[in-house]
Amino acid sequence: MKESLIQYSLHLADNSLILGQRNSEWCGHGPVLEQDIAITNISLDLIGQARNFYQYSASLINQTIQPSNNPATEDTLAYLRKEREFKNCLLVEQPNGDWAQTILRQYFFSQYQYLLYQELQQSKDEQLAAVAEKSLKEVTYHLRWSSEWVIRLGDGTEESHQRMLKAIDELWRYTGEFFVAANYELRASSESFGVDVSKLKEPWTNKVKEVFSEATLAVPEKIFMQTGGKEGKHTEHLGYILTALQYMQRAYPNSEW
Amino acid sequence: MNIGITKFYYGDIPEDKAGANIISKDSKSDWPLWEVFIRSKQGLDHKHVGSLHAADAQMAIENARDVYTRRMEGVSIWVVESKHIHASKPEEAGELFEPAEDKIYRHPTFYNLPDEVNQM
Repeated sequence: MKESLIQYSLHLADNSLILGQRNSEWCGHGPVLEQDIAITNISLDLIGQARNFYQYSASLINQTIQPSNNPATEDTLAYLRKEREFKNCLLVEQPNGDWAQTILRQYFFSQYQYLLYQELQQSKDEQLAAVAEKSLKEVTYHLRWSSEWVIRLGDGTEESHQRMLKAIDELWRYTGEFFVAANYELRASSESFGVDVSKLKEPWTNKVKEVFSEATLAVPEKIFMQTGGKEGKHTEHLGYILTALQYMQRAYPNSEW
Repeated sequence: MNIGITKFYYGDIPEDKAGANIISKDSKSDWPLWEVFIRSKQGLDHKHVGSLHAADAQMAIENARDVYTRRMEGVSIWVVESKHIHASKPEEAGELFEPAEDKIYRHPTFYNLPDEVNQM
């Protein structure tokens, strides 16, 4: 149980950290000042969630493994794990592309995270339930912000509509992975500390259809879904993200602010 | 087409002299300007905190939330499109405000208050 709880908590942390890191690439480059601040706020929310899950993972790891001189901390988990050890979904590591692609990625993920955290609040693991409850308020806002943008762009100009179509084409194939449980997620739901993600597929799809229909966009059918991220098999993009993210700790081990 | 529009907002300093807010039709953002008012806690007034660009009222409130309340500055937000604010003209400052200058008796400072009255 301990081992799968650790992996489950790391998976939740990695999802938030990698998307937070991706969104933060917009800092100083947003299309307008106000949206630059909005997307970086979302980054900080996500990185805050990641910290909570990493801290919990670290405390579990330190209880399980023989005490050593190098206990796990939130920093060692974020900065010193290798690509194959990261358990984030493929969607969150995809490049920012244009604003439409960033918005759509955020919307798909927030819609998923919203449903996930609602369920996770009922986790029998008090810590996970507490983090989910705290984070849900943030996610509710991310969802509102990103779904309004999907509608604004989809139902906007010819140009913005085309860009949304291209973003859907780019990203839809990574959404199926949300609902295919990895081993640690199966154990998590069977032992009631985690969420049965397969049950989220229907509400997620229905919500996306609602938003897409308002945005005059169609939900793609029969697209092959990419998977593997949750098990550490990533697209080529994750390595580059980690290179930027981990550079300081790799180049100057144990450096501190 | 490049039409320069000079907007006057508050009437304190003419904006063309302050060198700001010359809005061009060619500018990257065609979104209108909104003024933002924040109530810092229940029972206090909404205070003007600044302005921002947004496509509509909903977006203006969200932008205001992200730009002006992320350090716990507020519990309520008002936004109003800047074009709906009418300002007094700087050149009328004389007739509007100067007559009040020598009328200090309008301040309620000439009463002798009994000692028992506190909180005034």
